[in-house]
Amino acid sequence: MLDPQGKVIQQILQNMGMNTLKELRQGKYFEIEINEKDENKAKNKVDEMCKKLLANLIIEDFKVNKL
Amino acid sequence: MNSSVIVFPGSNCDRDIAVALEKLQFKNRMVWHKDSDLPKSDLIVIPGGFSYGDYLRSGAIAAKSNIINEVIKAANHGCLILGVCNGFQILIETGLLKGALLRNKNLKFLSKDVFVKVVKNDNKFCKKYKSGQIIKLNIAHNEGNYFINSENLKKLEDKNLIAFKYCNQKGEINEGSNPNGSLNNIAGIFNENKNILGMMPHPERMVDKTISSEDGINLFSSLLG
Repeated sequence: MLDPQGKVIQQILQNMGMNTLKELRQGKYFEIEINEKDENKAKNKVDEMCKKLLANLIIEDFKVNKL
Repeated sequence: MNSSVIVFPGSNCDRDIAVALEKLQFKNRMVWHKDSDLPKSDLIVIPGGFSYGDYLRSGAIAAKSNIINEVIKAANHGCLILGVCNGFQILIETGLLKGALLRNKNLKFLSKDVFVKVVKNDNKFCKKYKSGQIIKLNIAHNEGNYFINSENLKKLEDKNLIAFKYCNQKGEINEGSNPNGSLNNIAGIFNENKNILGMMPHPERMVDKTISSEDGINLFSSLLG
């Protein structure tokens, strides 16, 4: 997938001398608080949010991490 | 012909579309996004602009609005749907049209006249054009870089669902005549039933010789039957 913004940022960092930089892609990050005690249920809810709105699965994938 | 133009906070081509439709004697109504009733319509237009400030992704929030459920229902019943620019992005986000519209390849907002080729005229939207006709339309977008996976691209090609392709004045379709990096120079596509058209260029900006040209008018007059 072409990520033009990521490509430009990568190029600049490499120009700045970050020689070990191999590849950079830009994405999005959401902090989500859920009113739910059960961890599994909370994770499922966030998965649903990602699938239904937050991520466009044609061009993006998503990962849910507990903070 | 009854038409409805859906208006979102941030729509800015809604009135231009209405002027174009009224010029052709469509009985047009403006429909606010919070409405849950859609007036009886033969044609629904989702106009250009920056609905909801392009938050999250262009068109993503509008695609979940009240009225869109009615638009989807009407679309599934065969109502004609036209999405221009942000309207195309919204149709993509609803899933009514396949693919994705990414940031322009050169990362620039593009606002200029471009040439596009009418791929075929065997559909309700383009029948007043000639197949292969080259027309000049205006584009104004930041996310118009059409993408779809190769399996679905083949479907678009095989089923003849590509409506418009960017080209140059001579009609040549190549990298040089591709303003935004769209796959295969795709500027507009249909759904499988060809009752839904999404396109990045603005036909409504080309309906008056005094202001610009009349290259866009045939798209609206085609719909009159």
